[in-house]
Amino acid sequence: MKLHEYQSKFRFVEFGIPIPRGKVATTAQEAFEFAKEIGGPVVIKAQVLVGGRGKAGGVKLARTPDQAQRFAGEILGMNIKGLTVKKVLVDPAADIATEIYLGITTDRAARRTVVMASAAGGVDIEEVAATTPERIVRCHVDPFLGLRDYQARDIASGIGLPRETWKQFIDIAKALYQCYLNSDASLAEINPLVVLRSGELLAVDGKMVLDDNALFRHPDLVEMRDTDEEAPAEMQARQAGLSYIELDGEIGCMVNGAGLAMTTMDMIKLFGGQPANFLDIGGGAQAEKVATALRIILMDHNVKAVLVNIFGGITRCDEVARGILAALQEVKPHVPMVARLVGTNEAEGRSILAEANLLTASTLAEAAQTVVRAARGEL
Amino acid sequence: MSILVDKNTRLIVQNITGREGSFHTEQMIEYGTKVVGGVTPGKGGEWVGQVPVFDTVKAAVEATEANCCVIFVPARFAPDAIYEAADAGVPLIVTITEGIPVMDMIKVRAFLDQRGVRLVGPNCPGLLTPGEAKVGIIPGHIAIPGNVGIVSRSGTLTYEVLNALRLRGIGCSTCVGIGGDPINGTSFIDCLQLFEEDPATEKVVLIGEIGGTDEEKAAHFVAEHVTKPVVAFIAGRTAPPGKRMGHAGAIVEGGTGTAEEKIKALEAVGVRVADHPEQIPDLIANL
Repeated sequence: MKLHEYQSKFRFVEFGIPIPRGKVATTAQEAFEFAKEIGGPVVIKAQVLVGGRGKAGGVKLARTPDQAQRFAGEILGMNIKGLTVKKVLVDPAADIATEIYLGITTDRAARRTVVMASAAGGVDIEEVAATTPERIVRCHVDPFLGLRDYQARDIASGIGLPRETWKQFIDIAKALYQCYLNSDASLAEINPLVVLRSGELLAVDGKMVLDDNALFRHPDLVEMRDTDEEAPAEMQARQAGLSYIELDGEIGCMVNGAGLAMTTMDMIKLFGGQPANFLDIGGGAQAEKVATALRIILMDHNVKAVLVNIFGGITRCDEVARGILAALQEVKPHVPMVARLVGTNEAEGRSILAEANLLTASTLAEAAQTVVRAARGEL
Repeated sequence: MSILVDKNTRLIVQNITGREGSFHTEQMIEYGTKVVGGVTPGKGGEWVGQVPVFDTVKAAVEATEANCCVIFVPARFAPDAIYEAADAGVPLIVTITEGIPVMDMIKVRAFLDQRGVRLVGPNCPGLLTPGEAKVGIIPGHIAIPGNVGIVSRSGTLTYEVLNALRLRGIGCSTCVGIGGDPINGTSFIDCLQLFEEDPATEKVVLIGEIGGTDEEKAAHFVAEHVTKPVVAFIAGRTAPPGKRMGHAGAIVEGGTGTAEEKIKALEAVGVRVADHPEQIPDLIANL
């Protein structure tokens, strides 16, 4: 689950990380008032859950409250990479001397949390990693010891920070680690962490991504979810406990198992179609679940045909077939349906479906080919 | 022969009295696995069929000389169950549970490494040695005994492959589901090593997916240490970047972990990669 910049920074400050004293505005008028309150130049920053806001024109420096109002008016409602800006953060502009990158994430290969820093702050860290990897200092954290003081010193030294700023940097690095840990984050980033001309450090930007698996123990963070930014179908799926991702194509699919669902999408493409979605209905294809999944798939008006692909290991295919029929009676789709059931009682399952005039297939390849042809209106 | 589980496995089921635990205990026993005990705190003294239930893993191990645990405990309590099994001296722990937080798994794995305890999973269907034992939820009837070792990050996709091989008359030595999480107990390399050392395994099928670099590392390992032929399939060529595709570990991040990269790395070391899972029996038969 992603947090907005303002949510990330307001969380950072709870752990003692210094942030600009900014406020969130939802109207241009509010931006005007906050700018006036703050006094001096402010930065108007689009709050949307994507990167590249600056390049898209979603971050502007305003020298007066009037300018703040004008820029906020332009940025609110802007479409950035498919998302509409509904909030802007109005931050006092900072007198920046240098910019640092400081981030914490999981290093899967090392099976450890890793703290990364670079003196090349304010730019895309992935670019730095690709072009000048030697400018990034990495430090793996022992899961039982946490981030040690000496490790934070190693980082400060490694990125060439002037010694006067070491203490502040170490405090901030340790605080960010605590924040990361206490939030069950999968990413916590300050880019840039700036050294002001006064010598103080300030977290001018912030980003956090939370581990979805850990949300059960963070009800306060779950409340911060921005459902505005969730596609309605994805939100409904999430609430129904289904794994669903919308794609661009015209062939909907419903599968039991994530690996098999990805494979089904891949095979649709292999045989000349485009998958419209990823959907894992998990184990046990009861009628209600199938109906919910079907409704969600059909919310996408691009869908021209749907493939239901179920491997019935312990789940019996005849039961799945009855579940599918019950779901179809409820949802009454207007597009052709193809069902492929394999496993226990598969012959019985298939004959139940055939009696209901459903297109059926027995192999994965056949299923993909059939649904592609059905979507083209050839069947 | 086989790897990790066989007719000598003496299994304890943790959360045996839960819905999943009790159902799969019955399935495992039917298959022939020696399920010697179960654990549900507070239900010691009860029975699940012919299987005695204990309050603690320690008590269960003392009474039954178990050498393996399978965990059906919900995500929020699963790490504790794993620590408990490790502490009780169980050398192989198979965790079916999905949804364990990453931070917990980082600690669990570090703890187990310190004690030399092997974990398979979490978020996996477990292991199957056809004709001998199944530890987990892999349907027994879809595979026949044979000489192909299988290691996979998936559940039902693995079943498709086992079934497709069976229909072709090709059997499996052991099938290991390593699971779909980003931090787990056993990797592709761990299984490749075991299959390489197993006299009964002559060929290996590796089933991967997007996310992480386990397949790329496996490719490197194959080049250096594996003499037996390997066939692979990688799911997720059409997965969009930045999105978690069901499995917590199935995500393309920062440009790494794409299916294309994995396929390229494997093909570069001589692994034949199928375009789709039903091609795997052909590739195996033609080796």
